Amino acid sequence: MTVEPFTRHTGLVAPLDRANVDTDAIIPKQFLKSIERTGFGENLFDEWRYLDEGAPGRDNSARPENPDFVLNQPRYRGATILLTRENFGCGSSREHAPWALADYGFRTIIAPSFADIFANNAAKNGILTVTLDAETVDRLFQQVADRPGYRLTVDLEDQTVTTPDGEVIPFEVDSHKRHMLLNGLDEIGLTLERESDISAFETGHRKRWPWVFEAQG
Amino acid sequence: MAGRTLLDKLWDSHVVTEDDSGVALLYIDRHLVHEVTSPQAFEGLRLAGRAVRRPELTFAVPDHNVPTTDRSEGIRDPISAHQVAALDRNCEEFGVTELKMDDPRQGIVHVIGPEQGIVLPGMTVVCGDSHTSTHGAFGCLAFGIGTSEVEHVLATQTLPQRKPQSMRVTVDGRLPPGVTAKDIILAVIGRIGTAGGTGYAIEFAGEAIADLSIEGRMTICNMAIEAGARAGMVAVDDKTVDYFSGRPFAPTGAAWEAAEAAWRELVSDADAAFDRELVITADELVPEVTWGTSPEMTVPVTARVPDPADEPDPVKRANMEKALEYMGLQPGTPMREIALDRVFIGSCTNARIEDLRAAAAVVKGRRVAEGVDAMVVPGSGTVKRQAEAEGLDRVFTEAGFEWREPGCSMCLAMNEDRLEPGERCASTSNRNFEGRQGRGGRTHLVSPSMAAAAAIAGHFEDIREVTGGG
Repeated sequence: MTVEPFTRHTGLVAPLDRANVDTDAIIPKQFLKSIERTGFGENLFDEWRYLDEGAPGRDNSARPENPDFVLNQPRYRGATILLTRENFGCGSSREHAPWALADYGFRTIIAPSFADIFANNAAKNGILTVTLDAETVDRLFQQVADRPGYRLTVDLEDQTVTTPDGEVIPFEVDSHKRHMLLNGLDEIGLTLERESDISAFETGHRKRWPWVFEAQG
Repeated sequence: MAGRTLLDKLWDSHVVTEDDSGVALLYIDRHLVHEVTSPQAFEGLRLAGRAVRRPELTFAVPDHNVPTTDRSEGIRDPISAHQVAALDRNCEEFGVTELKMDDPRQGIVHVIGPEQGIVLPGMTVVCGDSHTSTHGAFGCLAFGIGTSEVEHVLATQTLPQRKPQSMRVTVDGRLPPGVTAKDIILAVIGRIGTAGGTGYAIEFAGEAIADLSIEGRMTICNMAIEAGARAGMVAVDDKTVDYFSGRPFAPTGAAWEAAEAAWRELVSDADAAFDRELVITADELVPEVTWGTSPEMTVPVTARVPDPADEPDPVKRANMEKALEYMGLQPGTPMREIALDRVFIGSCTNARIEDLRAAAAVVKGRRVAEGVDAMVVPGSGTVKRQAEAEGLDRVFTEAGFEWREPGCSMCLAMNEDRLEPGERCASTSNRNFEGRQGRGGRTHLVSPSMAAAAAIAGHFEDIREVTGGG
């Protein structure tokens, strides 16, 4: 599957001031029963966002919102950049988590660290995870709180985050992930181009460890 | 030349190609599939007109959505039923072997893989499930993947991957009585934190790990992901080889001899260097209970609920305060005085036969406390029948436990088994996240024997006192 390329993005920043935000919190289990890739955004952070219990197929517009939850505050409506704390996306491997974030409208998540599986899944869905040191993230939290309408520009080509003051903050990103995101590439298609390599490996592997290919119960 | 780690050996033997940036195309020996993370992947294949490259290396089972009560009428929840039916349909269309819901071998994917010998030592194993790390317990490189990667493996039998760094956690000495594999891994997570293993594959080593059964090693590797490590692993030894001998899908005869010889190479060389080392002394370990909403929030059962005021880091302090509020706990409360509503013995962490035996030994001849609702969900149909043959089901039911059909059940509450808001549960599962076992539910992670003791007492107990150390 090809994804929308990510080159440069400017957007409103929402601060989610919690460490270890897990994928169960990002998209609770009852929504994982869907066999589609779309439609998860309305249930992003469902248990924090609404005061009642959500269920698949329910009309979410009629549900009572939790006014204290950050994404429900008018100043953060329409945010496309999520600023959060350490170890974002820990827990389950459910890709429904980035599907929900992307469907809601997030294109970038900034945090001091991310769980491995989540970061991989995010990239496959055109979401850029930007890792900045904890002090910088702390400073950005302060700036977001101080200034309504706070927007950042994230440039993947240059590997920089630019603040409204013009401060340019560089970030590191895995070169493979950067290449895939910048070009919105179909990774499966690229791997299939290596068919002869895969076949050659398989022949050798089968000769060496035949039992791998002979599972019969 | 420096020696090679187990990770090096598993990695090197599965690299198809490697590009200039260090990303390898890794060959995948076993792809395990369940109903929750696969439908969109099969749909992706369909849309692109692609086939499953190696259906004979791919095995599926429904486990997350299945009811643990009577299944003769099928699944009552129409959305769950739809998802399981989609798996059946996809496996049929793409030629993938599936152990269906009514198959006597059905169970949690990470329990049945090794139990059936579908997964064998030395393999690269993936599944759209973070607890795939379980399979490292017998010398596999096993890790969880997302649905896009599931599709990638279905289509190509490979995954582009960067090699993780290596960490070794050595548990020296012998475990004290009453302390289990679960307590080891909770203590490790408590020490390094839920992100301490991010970017690493963790090899567990040392006398205490060697002393564990394969089941115990699976418990440890299962929760490597709760320390942030996608993969956990333990070297192959006699126990590993013995465990797989005679398994239904395992090789036999000359093929077995060849396999065994290859498997015995799957140990880290004595002079291998690791990127990070952690050494723990087994005799310092105690039965653990989690108090918060992250597996790193764990304390000895003899301790008290910690006080956020003692935490200097403001981010951590805020997280502790949020966790205590969610859990409805006051700092300073002795863990042993925390009263319970529910007890869950199950999950891919602790629902194998050895876990049920350990719990039954505590329960035998006793009664579940008034007001506590306790259930046992075996990890697989095979585990269930074995337990019944040993009379364990009667030990549980006579004590007042419910004895259920196999599945993931209340580990993540995708089926009908769940906590009600505010209910407090002693659980042998792996995650105490907010809402994990049901919206507003409060989860405390413990070992099977600790869960059993808590069911009898109605609150946490120090298993070392209950059983005199058994």
